Amino acid sequence: MLKLILQRFGAACFTLAFIAIVVFGAVELMPGNACTAYLGRDAKGAKLESCEKRLGLDRPAFERFGEWAGRLAQGDLGESVRRGKPITELVGWRLRNTIVLAVTALLFGIPIAIGLGVLAALRRDRPVDILLSTTAIFAMTIPEFVSATLLILVFSIGLGWAAGVVTVSYKAPVLDLLANSILPAVTLTLVLTAHILRMVRSSVIDVLESEYVLMAHLKGVPFGRIVWRHVLPNSLLPAISVIGLTMAWLLGGVVVVESVYNYPGLGRMAVDAVADRDIPLIQAIALLICGLYILSNLATDVLALMLNPRLRTYRT
Amino acid sequence: MSSSNKILAVDGLTIGAGGESEVAPVVDRIDLTLAQGSALGIAGESGSGKSTLLLAMMGVVKPGLELRAGTCRFGQLDLFAAPPAALEKLRGGRLALVPQNAGLALTPNIRIGDQIAEVLRYHAGPADQERHNAHIAELLALVRLPDPELLGRRFPHELSGGQLQRVGIAMALAGQPDLLLLDEPTTGLDVTTQLGILELLEDIRRKQGMAMVCVSHDLGVLARLCGDIAIMYAGRLVEQGPATRLLTQPAHPYSRALLASIPRLASAGIPTGIPGRPPAPDQALAGCRFAPRCRHADRTCSDVVPPSRDLTTGHLVACHHPQLGMEPGSAVAKLATRQHPGATEARLLVDGLSVTYQRRGLLPGLRQTQAKRALDRVSLILHRSEILGLVGESGSGKSTLLKALAGLWPVLEGRAVMDEHRDLTEPVQKRDRDSLRRMQLIFQNPDASLNPRHTIREILSQPLRLYFSLSRTEVEARASRLLGDVRLDASYLDRQPAELSGGERQRVAIARAFAAEPDVILCDEITSALDVSVQASVLQIIRELTQEKQVACLFVSHDLAVVNAIADRIAVLYRGQLVELGEARQVCAAPAHTYTRQLLAAVLEPPASGGGTVSGAPA
Repeated sequence: MLKLILQRFGAACFTLAFIAIVVFGAVELMPGNACTAYLGRDAKGAKLESCEKRLGLDRPAFERFGEWAGRLAQGDLGESVRRGKPITELVGWRLRNTIVLAVTALLFGIPIAIGLGVLAALRRDRPVDILLSTTAIFAMTIPEFVSATLLILVFSIGLGWAAGVVTVSYKAPVLDLLANSILPAVTLTLVLTAHILRMVRSSVIDVLESEYVLMAHLKGVPFGRIVWRHVLPNSLLPAISVIGLTMAWLLGGVVVVESVYNYPGLGRMAVDAVADRDIPLIQAIALLICGLYILSNLATDVLALMLNPRLRTYRT
Repeated sequence: MSSSNKILAVDGLTIGAGGESEVAPVVDRIDLTLAQGSALGIAGESGSGKSTLLLAMMGVVKPGLELRAGTCRFGQLDLFAAPPAALEKLRGGRLALVPQNAGLALTPNIRIGDQIAEVLRYHAGPADQERHNAHIAELLALVRLPDPELLGRRFPHELSGGQLQRVGIAMALAGQPDLLLLDEPTTGLDVTTQLGILELLEDIRRKQGMAMVCVSHDLGVLARLCGDIAIMYAGRLVEQGPATRLLTQPAHPYSRALLASIPRLASAGIPTGIPGRPPAPDQALAGCRFAPRCRHADRTCSDVVPPSRDLTTGHLVACHHPQLGMEPGSAVAKLATRQHPGATEARLLVDGLSVTYQRRGLLPGLRQTQAKRALDRVSLILHRSEILGLVGESGSGKSTLLKALAGLWPVLEGRAVMDEHRDLTEPVQKRDRDSLRRMQLIFQNPDASLNPRHTIREILSQPLRLYFSLSRTEVEARASRLLGDVRLDASYLDRQPAELSGGERQRVAIARAFAAEPDVILCDEITSALDVSVQASVLQIIRELTQEKQVACLFVSHDLAVVNAIADRIAVLYRGQLVELGEARQVCAAPAHTYTRQLLAAVLEPPASGGGTVSGAPA
């Protein structure tokens, strides 16, 4: 068990290192560099040279990678070209804000999805199930920028219940931030819930048709207990890995949702950095998002390991 | 039978596909009664509806099916009209079921003890945790599981198949049932384990006076366990009566043919199978459902459903032309005398072969000396045109030997040679194409070994194209000839495996193996997944082809009676060692090793025929 977890952890570290190389290499392979991106493609002469000197771009790539990776390992993400500030400082708050948004969506989305998914499975092919399943498909297929716009139109402009745009500072305390970010959280929760709901539903249906559920029925176990003890633990296991995948999607969706609502998070900063061609910042954000992705996958893997008796009792 | 001591009464029970489908019912107008404390065995082949009938006795119909007519009463309670609360109280309590495959029927995330505790909690009345725990340990000890306290804390996946089956029985017994339903309780278990479980059930039944209904495809098991036997064919009961009478004096042509198709230790030789196949579910048959396969069928049979009638008290048969006794001549039917390989050459020579469980690790020297040997210095010779039967229980190493010979498992030491010069200790990747061609494997389950998306033509032409340079027309001609060899006509070439019955699929697998024109054929439990009536014809085909093509065949099976029917010589494996090797007849009649004797004693056969007398035939 411990060995399996360590294996997963090792694999995660390896992946992260590999991604660092890819992110660095990708920028190297592109024509031009951070300075030409910043100054414009036609930049020449002393201005370019001084910029390159400032960023150390005049040295060989291997040397720079070594230095970059070395500082990275110490938590130093380098310096932004355009903003002239350490990236760690720029990104820190935004990272917190994005995590706050994502975690809120997960905290609401997962229980709702599991509850409704189980309900739909138990009422399979009846009106409740059909209503839930169709709604879920709608929620999944509508792109976030459309659902976000619709939500703003209805709840902010129409009804005036919630703010349509996040206006608080990126350094605002978590609760202030959340109070101003109801609609972004709802947008994310909606899609997240739809994905997990459908997975939970099909997984519960599979387990309901299994021989051990029939056997529990034939043992005279009351239905409620069958669902609680025999169905739920076994059907949530496959759902956990889907939740992991959904979290990966969440990190992508966050970029769009943050832009629409002007939410001061990592996603919006990424969009801004791309617009500014601030290459060191783009590198840092790409790396951070990959890191979050790997971390969430690792977390769900370990959770699945711990919930699966087959693996929990695994001995090497 | 007075209604007072009747525990179960099935009356006109008909279960079929839901909706307004025209499909023939899975269970068709079944009438049965069971007295308190008695045991009824229901025999039938796969698809006969026996499991559906058994579930109906719990008041359950699987999704996709529905109750069309009839009733099923437990005592006075109509199981399909009772309120859910009453059923909940009954199920697992006075009425319990032992599942066919306990490995699938136990919930994977709940400990064994807790699953049994559920039964106690809902049926044994209030008691404290400690008393329940003691009771659970008692139950586990009752089914002779080792270390009951420890075992109760294990998860299902930590137990072996035989142990799980016992847990299934313990769980059913926890509610102290008056009626115990068993669905193939010993299928998939070793013969000695099987015998242990049957003895246990007999013992408990006698002590607790409970009634039993046991469903099985194995008449030997039913003969051992049940006083009465009913035979089911395509959803209908064709015959029922006291076991001793029905098994020695069967009256329905299907029962007679079924009994004749069972290989028996006393008579070497391959029994006759039943030609044809059971009617497809969508096949509408007005009369007797066995009529298309019956030798005695006439117009009446195909037009009128035969009513069930009494031959003697308690012996009922649903046939227009019942005849008592076995099919004449069939029980002793044998293939022409075996041509014994007199001055024959050795096709396969195995000398002191040892194999370990562990695959070769990083430090071979260290690991392998400690590892347990799956095969320990096994030596045998296989001659041309000979069938050598290899028997043993699970874990005896019989499949490992096949894997080692096929180069799929590394050899630790010893020699294995084919055709005097081809080294078989080499892994399969290192063998040349000719060596590969000369040795072919046939697997247990044709569903898994045939590509479901290929037509039979593609399946058969693959080895032909791989090993021989043939033109398109030659491939086609050979493929149809191969099908002819396994008694399938050329129209099968365009079909896919799913369109074939299990027996037909296995015959295609045999044809594919022979397509390579091998010297040695390795058969791994090739009839275990087949019904008895189909098994006989597969055995016959293997016998004929080995003789005709002068192939040496290593026939692995757990079933001594099957091996005795087909093999010239028998080798007995026990914990990786070859404990006995000799002429088939001699090994079965006068076994030398104690383990062989144990195996033979554990073989269950229905009692032998009364010899075709017609003493009780109706006037």
